[in-house]
Amino acid sequence: MSNESAREASGASNCLPIVDYLKLGEDPHLVANQCVDCGARYFDRRNACAKCGKAEFVQTRVANDAVLKAFSVVHRAAPGVPVPYVSAIVETGDGTSVRANVLGLTDPMAAKLGMDLRFSVYNCGSDDNGTECVAFGYAVV
Amino acid sequence: MTRFGRYPELDSVDLAATACMDAMVDGGVTIHDMDVLGAGTLFQAGVGMGQRVQKQIGQTGIPVFNVANACATGATALRTVYLSIKAGEAQMGLAFGVEQMGKMGLLRGGEKDEATIFEPAGRYGAVAPVDGILGTETMPGVFAQAGMEYAYNNAGVGFEQFARVAYKNHLHSTLNPLAQYQKQFSMDEIMGSPVQSYPNTLLMCCPTGDGAAAVVMVSGERLRSMPSEAQKRAVKVSASVLTSDPWVESGQVQPDVNTLTRNAAAQAYEAAGVGPEDLDLVELHDCFATAELIHYDNLGLCERGGAGDFIDSGAPFRDGRTPVNVSGGLISKGHPIGATGVANVYEVTTHLRGEAGDRQIEGAKVGLAHVIGLGSACGIHILEKSAA
Repeated sequence: MSNESAREASGASNCLPIVDYLKLGEDPHLVANQCVDCGARYFDRRNACAKCGKAEFVQTRVANDAVLKAFSVVHRAAPGVPVPYVSAIVETGDGTSVRANVLGLTDPMAAKLGMDLRFSVYNCGSDDNGTECVAFGYAVV
Repeated sequence: MTRFGRYPELDSVDLAATACMDAMVDGGVTIHDMDVLGAGTLFQAGVGMGQRVQKQIGQTGIPVFNVANACATGATALRTVYLSIKAGEAQMGLAFGVEQMGKMGLLRGGEKDEATIFEPAGRYGAVAPVDGILGTETMPGVFAQAGMEYAYNNAGVGFEQFARVAYKNHLHSTLNPLAQYQKQFSMDEIMGSPVQSYPNTLLMCCPTGDGAAAVVMVSGERLRSMPSEAQKRAVKVSASVLTSDPWVESGQVQPDVNTLTRNAAAQAYEAAGVGPEDLDLVELHDCFATAELIHYDNLGLCERGGAGDFIDSGAPFRDGRTPVNVSGGLISKGHPIGATGVANVYEVTTHLRGEAGDRQIEGAKVGLAHVIGLGSACGIHILEKSAA
């Protein structure tokens, strides 16, 4: 077990990341499965690489700095999803595209294409056992 | 094709059978002339729609291909019949697309459940639905982002340009009796209607609805044995192309609707021996106003990066250089998903025959029909007026 996994398992037993490619702890960040052959990155579990077809991957840290490449201010969503929110496609400093919300804008229309953003985590709810769910987004720098 | 709209008193079989019978009567043929049936529907993909329709219009024992390919389902049904003829296994075939959606409302985006016990599940090890937390999974939002990405990379594209697309299509729909909505709206009404996913307002989104469309396809050899009137009204399928989305870096977080459309367009123009400048009309996949704008560029209707100028110049209006969606498009004509990829071929064909009535594009000789389904699939058909 890696140090990171051990820390998660012991120190943060009452909180879970919303997805498994979010790593918590003292330095929260995203990880990707990176194709050893061509370098393509994926957030889901992999059978093989969609770019080159090879099947060997290494887990890689994704950079926390990002730029807003595309967004939509969502006003209509499924029941139970709070609106409005700013859905975004960001490009991280190491060239990985991530989908998440833009955080910390009091006026959603203040989102601007090309603006600098920074990775951030927050508690987005808890289950019947009191386990907290931790989500991520990108905050305006 | 049936008028698109809402038919709570009918079922999908009624709608598809109506479109099929109309298509065969139009072609002066019967079910006994058909060697193959291509059947497209998305939300009822598992029911054997082709066979159900056969039980209303004629069970002759021919092969049936039931297909589902997201919003490219209709084009896929059509291409299945095309391939059967091309392979020499069929001389004539029938393709239909149908969908009965009712008022399904917003597509995609999971309803949030009340928390019970968090357990990581699925390919991303998610402990809760992520729609609305890790961005949007809704269609208006996904296509809004596709448009905004284009705006990020190209000057002269913004809310007003997207709204103008919807203005045009609503305007065009007033001439199409088959359109679900036939009402003109002002730019102020469009930009001021409730925001769904900015920049897409309500009037910039296609409605859900019911409808069906069907076409008869025939080999050149078989056509020559048919009456001269049928030969005159037949249009030539100059290109039939289906592509899927190749890998791009951002594809796992934002479906790439561009590359597969560009690839399909290149293949279609090559096969047909025509270029975008030769097109007299285009029916393209305007599920949202943001989508239409980027497809001007993807289909080569404008200079690279020039989609904003293209709409601002009036080029895609029915009196412009390259009329786009003179049917009213998905935004106004409607988008019963499985039917769309056949209905746009119906529209282009009707113009090439000179039978489009008030909405006729005069002298139309070449037209293109494009659909795209997220996931993704893109179908393009280029049609030409008969030389007969």
